[in-house]
Amino acid sequence: MDQISTRAAYWNGFRAGAPFLLVIVPFGMVFGVIATEAGFNIAEVMGFSVLVIAGAAQLAAVQLMTENAPTLVILATALAVNLRMAMYSAAMAPHLGSAPFWTRGFMAYFLVDQSYGVSAIEFENRPDMSIAAKTAFFFGSITPVCFPWYLATWAGAVLGASFPSGLGLDFAVPITFLAIIAPMLRTAAHVAAAITSVVLALGLAFLPYNLGLLLAAGCAMAVGAWVEHLMARRRAA
Amino acid sequence: MSYSTPHIWSIIILLGIGSFLIRFSFLGLVGGRKLPDWALRLLRYTPVAVLPGLTAPLVLFPAATGGSPDGPRMAATIVTLVVGLTTRNVLAAILSGAGTLAIGLWLFG
Repeated sequence: MDQISTRAAYWNGFRAGAPFLLVIVPFGMVFGVIATEAGFNIAEVMGFSVLVIAGAAQLAAVQLMTENAPTLVILATALAVNLRMAMYSAAMAPHLGSAPFWTRGFMAYFLVDQSYGVSAIEFENRPDMSIAAKTAFFFGSITPVCFPWYLATWAGAVLGASFPSGLGLDFAVPITFLAIIAPMLRTAAHVAAAITSVVLALGLAFLPYNLGLLLAAGCAMAVGAWVEHLMARRRAA
Repeated sequence: MSYSTPHIWSIIILLGIGSFLIRFSFLGLVGGRKLPDWALRLLRYTPVAVLPGLTAPLVLFPAATGGSPDGPRMAATIVTLVVGLTTRNVLAAILSGAGTLAIGLWLFG
């Protein structure tokens, strides 16, 4: 494979990211509608999507805020949802780590599920790409993902403000979470983690300040990792 | 929700800073270092460890019915999960769950 131009790499990234429009646009709108219905104004809703730029964590924070949870619990729970991105950061570091400091800052801001997913595959398949081409591919991949995310959030917030309350929208939050969770249940370890999370969150619901959820999440992570370890050992044996 | 406007903005900004630092961690500060296997293994399960526990009480004790589960919401839960599991498609799962809820509320609401 010859060195590809940065321009070509940018458009390769753009094409790789484009199919996510089908998910990003409706999900951004769902977040905008839900957050508006929960009582946030358009600036606050946009603040979430522009500054946090992570749908599931934003939705978790909004849900906990409607339950009037303490600030520290909201931060810890929503950031726990985003901890997976440390794994993305570690996976991208060998490929993008030699880019200039400020470029890495921008890439970190735009490091979302989709840009990580397509970039990891591309950099794996084309190890001879230059750092400039890799950077261009990465920014290409976020163009059809992150900017539509802001726009869709805004459209959802405007739409949500025009809805009368009491449309059964109360159940939009659990439906959206269920729809995010179900496709994640790929392995026995994921299923075990999810079941642990549910059982312990319900069992520890008596704890104050929504602390039960954090404890449940910690145990569920450990159970997921432990089951994965067991399965790997069984395969090896 | 009973937070003041400055309180809401501090939560949003702190979440933004925290999310950025998580994303910047290896890319920015300790680039080149590799995560140990056990850490990778734990991080893989963070979303699936947090979100189900957050969702379960919302499904079992829906706020709109005063906390008692009802038919339409249960049906919507099951349809969303089954469609999500079989199609692996978030959007298809949301739409079929919302459709089930709308039909259920129209028939039995």
